[in-house]
Amino acid sequence: MLDVINKKYLYLGFSAILVFASWVLMLSLGLRQGIDLTGGTQWQIAFSKSTSTAAINEALVQRTILSVAPKGTEAIVKRSGNSFIIRLPATSEEEHQAYRTALQKLGNLDEQNFSSIGPTIGHELRQKSIWAIILVLFGISLYIAYAFRKVSKPISSWKYGLATLISLFHDVSIPAGMLAFLGWHSGIEIDTNFIVALLVVMGFSVHDTIVVFDRIRENVLLSRGRGLSLHDVIVKSIRETFARSVNTSLTLILVLLALIFFGPPSLFYFVLTILVGTIFGTYSSIFIASPLLYIMGGKKGSG
Amino acid sequence: MQQRRLIPFLVFITAVSVLAGLFSYQQVWQSISSFRPWSLGLDLAGGTVLTYEIDLANVAAVDRDSVVNGLRDVLEKRVNLFGVREPRVYTENAGTSRRLVIELAGIRDVNEAIKQIGATPFLDFREVIQSKSTSTVEFVPTALTGRYIKSAQVGRDQTTGVPEIDFTLTSEGGTIFRDITKKNIGKPICIFIDNAPIIPDSFSDSCPNVQTEISGGNARITGRFSLTRAQTIVERFNAGALPAPINLINQQTIDADFGADSLMKALWAGMLGTLIVMAFMVIYYRTLGVFASIALLFYIALTAGVFKIVPITLTLSGIAGFILSIGMAVDANILVFERMKEELKKGLSRQAAVEEGFKRAWTSIRDSNISTMITSAVLYYFTSGFVQGFALALFLGVVVSMFSAITITRTILRVSVSQSN
Repeated sequence: MLDVINKKYLYLGFSAILVFASWVLMLSLGLRQGIDLTGGTQWQIAFSKSTSTAAINEALVQRTILSVAPKGTEAIVKRSGNSFIIRLPATSEEEHQAYRTALQKLGNLDEQNFSSIGPTIGHELRQKSIWAIILVLFGISLYIAYAFRKVSKPISSWKYGLATLISLFHDVSIPAGMLAFLGWHSGIEIDTNFIVALLVVMGFSVHDTIVVFDRIRENVLLSRGRGLSLHDVIVKSIRETFARSVNTSLTLILVLLALIFFGPPSLFYFVLTILVGTIFGTYSSIFIASPLLYIMGGKKGSG
Repeated sequence: MQQRRLIPFLVFITAVSVLAGLFSYQQVWQSISSFRPWSLGLDLAGGTVLTYEIDLANVAAVDRDSVVNGLRDVLEKRVNLFGVREPRVYTENAGTSRRLVIELAGIRDVNEAIKQIGATPFLDFREVIQSKSTSTVEFVPTALTGRYIKSAQVGRDQTTGVPEIDFTLTSEGGTIFRDITKKNIGKPICIFIDNAPIIPDSFSDSCPNVQTEISGGNARITGRFSLTRAQTIVERFNAGALPAPINLINQQTIDADFGADSLMKALWAGMLGTLIVMAFMVIYYRTLGVFASIALLFYIALTAGVFKIVPITLTLSGIAGFILSIGMAVDANILVFERMKEELKKGLSRQAAVEEGFKRAWTSIRDSNISTMITSAVLYYFTSGFVQGFALALFLGVVVSMFSAITITRTILRVSVSQSN
């Protein structure tokens, strides 16, 4: 059976590299933000007959009303069949109608989704998102510190909270890094759903951490006076809870896979973010949170 | 719970779940009753959400609440004329700015709707001309319109304390008003907003009688107003009088077919996910897994029933939240079953193992669910619209799953243990 504590620096090092790489990606490439965070217009249309992005571009540029030409090549993206997504700066209703008339020339037009968001709303959502992430991160960690308050020996309960905080930070950094990469590689944008996904990941991935910590708490109490070292207690606890940690995550992963493959395409990246976060969240509760707890509690408990 | 009460409880909870399931299943329920159809969000039903920023820069701070409420009221009336099903108009505060959100399900001509909504409410005073020959009443517009009004407040009669409406006119407006009142002593003058009486179903409240010539630009409408009625009139008055233009800052339109397609895909994925989870539980935990699967079906029926009866407006993300909660609802069962296995290995009897399993797994289950509740509470507080649906779905899912995975599964297990003994 694996001894997580003996090889702790291997696991911690591996995760540290992943988290570091994620932050390098986020800071260097940046996260490509969707219109709900920056403001702008996203317009999904379907034509009755086949047409090309070039034809759409031409039709739009010909409109004199188009004061700011959509920049970048990805302003018009072909989705499937005759369906396209067009991105524009924030658009007034008159402009919207003018574009619509211009595009009617290419064939009968079906507007599937039109959304235009002013820059103030975008700014406000960004602020709120950052606050929400910070609040959940600390809210959960503080709750864990509170829930484990009765076992302050040999590890004080705030250390359970701190280990949780670091694991959660790990769990959200990796999917965020992945989205930064996907944004650079294939133009995927993050939107409100992405923020929601990160919050959900934190809520879920702490489940497994709680299961392991709960067992450590129980075994610490049982092992008092039996001369078991903290090392042994943690290894024993992980071994005893391994199957259930994996199984509880697996049921969620199965549902997420069903949603990825058969669910609506608009939810794809939302579900993918949760999926990646859940996988790393399960990993971190065993291979990160427990070794961290050992290192923090080491001085008193290793004897 | 006493042994002999287990079976009646199980029968009861089965009956409730079956009823909840039937109630949630639209095709069956609609053939019985039209009470409470599912309420679908605009992203599924198709429609338009318009968000307006209210520019209150030229409105005094004390009048702002009144203007915002009046605007909402006036816009609600306009929107109701579009004939869309259950339009919603509500205000939102974002920092210091005030917003109006308008949700229109299944609207055809968004362009026309935007034009009509965006126009400033128009307030004017009209004379009442009774034609003797035909005995019809004609309302003739006067020169006095909203732009001559400085402000309006609810006041109280100094001696009786009855609510009244006080308003102040500009000096130009005061002159016009003096002429109108002089001409109409003893007759009513009507206040119109958007070409309809300010209180459409009450002539007397919309058309106060002129008692005397009023000069100086300060006027008072007395009557038998209730306080709420007086407030309504003042709010509408202010909406028509004070310069608070609205700017469209966010528009989202979703095609109905597109929404229906997303809904079907999400439902199929959810069903498939449920089946896979059930299969996994049965393969891994055998008989116990069968019990967990039954409890999971109860969970789905009960949660759907709760969503519908509350009612919670279903959005795509809300359904996604519900589907995710299906993957989590069995977590509590897994924790309990694993614990039971351990207790059985220690040599406990089956009955004791069941009780210990639930008791010992409880702290983990409680702490996990509280963390998810923290997440949903933050989500609910920090977001609006579509995402709030997700947060609410997640929260309710956690609450119901604690009941199904613990109470229901435990009852089934107790019955099964007592039967086999």
